[in-house]
Amino acid sequence: MDQAKLSEMLRQRLSDAVVSVEDMKNDDTLVVVDKDSLVSVAEFLKNDRDLGFTTLMNHLGVDYRDRMAVIYNLYSARLRKKVTIKAYLDREKPEAPTLEPLFPGVSWYERETYDLFGIRFIGHGNLKRLLLPEDWEGFPLRKDYVYPESYNGIETKRSDLLDAAGAAGDAHV
Amino acid sequence: MLERFNIVGRLSADPDLILTTVDRAVNLARANSLWYLLMGLACCSIELMQTGGPRADIDRFGSLFRATPRQSDLMIVAGTVTLKMAPRLRRLYDQMAEPKYVIAMGSCANCGGPFDLSYSVLRGVDKIIPVDVYLPGCPPRPEALTEALMKVQEKIRNEKYFLKKEA
Repeated sequence: MDQAKLSEMLRQRLSDAVVSVEDMKNDDTLVVVDKDSLVSVAEFLKNDRDLGFTTLMNHLGVDYRDRMAVIYNLYSARLRKKVTIKAYLDREKPEAPTLEPLFPGVSWYERETYDLFGIRFIGHGNLKRLLLPEDWEGFPLRKDYVYPESYNGIETKRSDLLDAAGAAGDAHV
Repeated sequence: MLERFNIVGRLSADPDLILTTVDRAVNLARANSLWYLLMGLACCSIELMQTGGPRADIDRFGSLFRATPRQSDLMIVAGTVTLKMAPRLRRLYDQMAEPKYVIAMGSCANCGGPFDLSYSVLRGVDKIIPVDVYLPGCPPRPEALTEALMKVQEKIRNEKYFLKKEA
């Protein structure tokens, strides 16, 4: 099955659930879904006999400043094709349903996304910080993250190098 | 041989008699049995392993690695100390018996190194524990770590251990 055929098929089979389906350059198909249909779309892609996207390759969170997104990269060994599922989230209250029941391996990925972006995964079995200490405040990969001046009495102020880099125009972007 | 370390003297009248001070004799023993705590946190620990290996071989100086702080005299902080690791590092240091020494190995342990702008990295291990020898490099070569160890030995040899004031 070639890429155009796959995306056409996805468009037809998922017409009521997806926002858009488009081909990407790297032999990948981008499926943008509403966050409420994220689980049903993933379930369909995984369990459909013709598709068989049973491998979850990667999971990402994105901060677009005005909104946030979660991304799941799936792979089908049967079709030798990749599919990217993407759901946009409200930035004020970023919440997405978890894919943990479908792909148990995504558990730690979603914890990391929660750790660094503060995206809450509804239904996740163990949603707590993965990398940072549990008493850490804020979510460091958010664009509006304010760097802490201290942590538990340890001074963490950054050096003047940052101001120099900011004056050069790239560090804060 | 002991004259080499300038810790003994002999009377020409009686060559079998050795004169020294308790401090010098004890310091010689302490300096040549510096057991270090394996505190490998990042890529510097690879160089730390090399230093303990057969080519650099700091076993020659009586320095062996210990996997527990309770048997260690020297903490070689080899690598990046994150803020999450910092309280644990402090606890390990507190568990070491006095007298204890610290080598801050590599740029990260000295000042944060390439992670200076990071939100999660401690900028220098001297913010939480006292450091005896700062060893620059990213990472330092085994020869450099051997030199740092010899600096600690030098410091120990010159200490007046039995005159040390009560803390």
